[in-house]
Amino acid sequence: MRATVLVRPKPGILDPQGEAVETSLRHLGFSVGEARVGRVVDLEVSELDPAAARAEVERMCEQLLTNPLIESYEIELGP
Amino acid sequence: MNAARPRIAVVTFPGSNDDRDALLALEALGAIGVPVWHGDDRLPDVAAVVLPGGFSYGDYLRCGAIARFSPALRAVSAFAAEGGLVLGICNGFQILCEAGLLPGTLRPNASLAFICRDVVLRIERTDTPFTAGCSAGQRLTIPIKHGEGCWFADADLLAELEARRQIVLRYEDNPNGAIADVAAVCNERGNVMGLMPHPEHAVDPLVGSTDGALILGSLVEAARASSDRRAAAAVS
Repeated sequence: MRATVLVRPKPGILDPQGEAVETSLRHLGFSVGEARVGRVVDLEVSELDPAAARAEVERMCEQLLTNPLIESYEIELGP
Repeated sequence: MNAARPRIAVVTFPGSNDDRDALLALEALGAIGVPVWHGDDRLPDVAAVVLPGGFSYGDYLRCGAIARFSPALRAVSAFAAEGGLVLGICNGFQILCEAGLLPGTLRPNASLAFICRDVVLRIERTDTPFTAGCSAGQRLTIPIKHGEGCWFADADLLAELEARRQIVLRYEDNPNGAIADVAAVCNERGNVMGLMPHPEHAVDPLVGSTDGALILGSLVEAARASSDRRAAAAVS
């Protein structure tokens, strides 16, 4: 089963990368409010049961894929 | 004081690049530097461990996030749990935070720039094995060189750490956006410390300041005292 993990800086956490992107977009003439930059991790997990797969990916997020102090995550399961 | 030279391990990860400077500095300050490879799952007989600077495992994912799973780090965690002295410098600090041996985390510098220059640090405590040779409120000039040295803890965690006096060094003129100007933190027990500045690059007058010798020299003395205690316990 495919799983996609979206990792985001938590609200209120300073995101200098997002600020740099925001400034650059404005320089290009785009009208943007806030930009925040996170990370995407695409995974192929061998677990076929969606609930079990989600639980397993959650454990991956807690143990390695994110730093819970500064990042939040969202899991999307695919076919 | 026993003149015996204490043995201090320096762990090399793939991507470490300050390991040899750390070994040289420790030797110059009276210790025997013992190189340890990241794949070693047990530590040699040493009185302290230094995790050096660099870019372990390419800094993939987050700085220090992969190194924390190395066999050597499991051994270092066990050593720290028994009260062993552990000092993390720069990437070593990042690894200790990722491993949960130190509180907080290191984030990209607020300026997003890699900063390489001398900074002035203020000593906040002298009752640690890493700062015992310094005087209260003393200012040290030691270089930094990092892209991700912005230490972060949320307000609750920071308040707890301040109350327990776990902030050991602060920047006089904050170079990277670290919360509360934090340059070094220790664990609650005080046997593990991490700092972003590089004391191993400031022990020889040839390269400017020798203030780094106060930090590493304190560690060498503490390691010597710990070796002497163990030797005395073995005899009795």
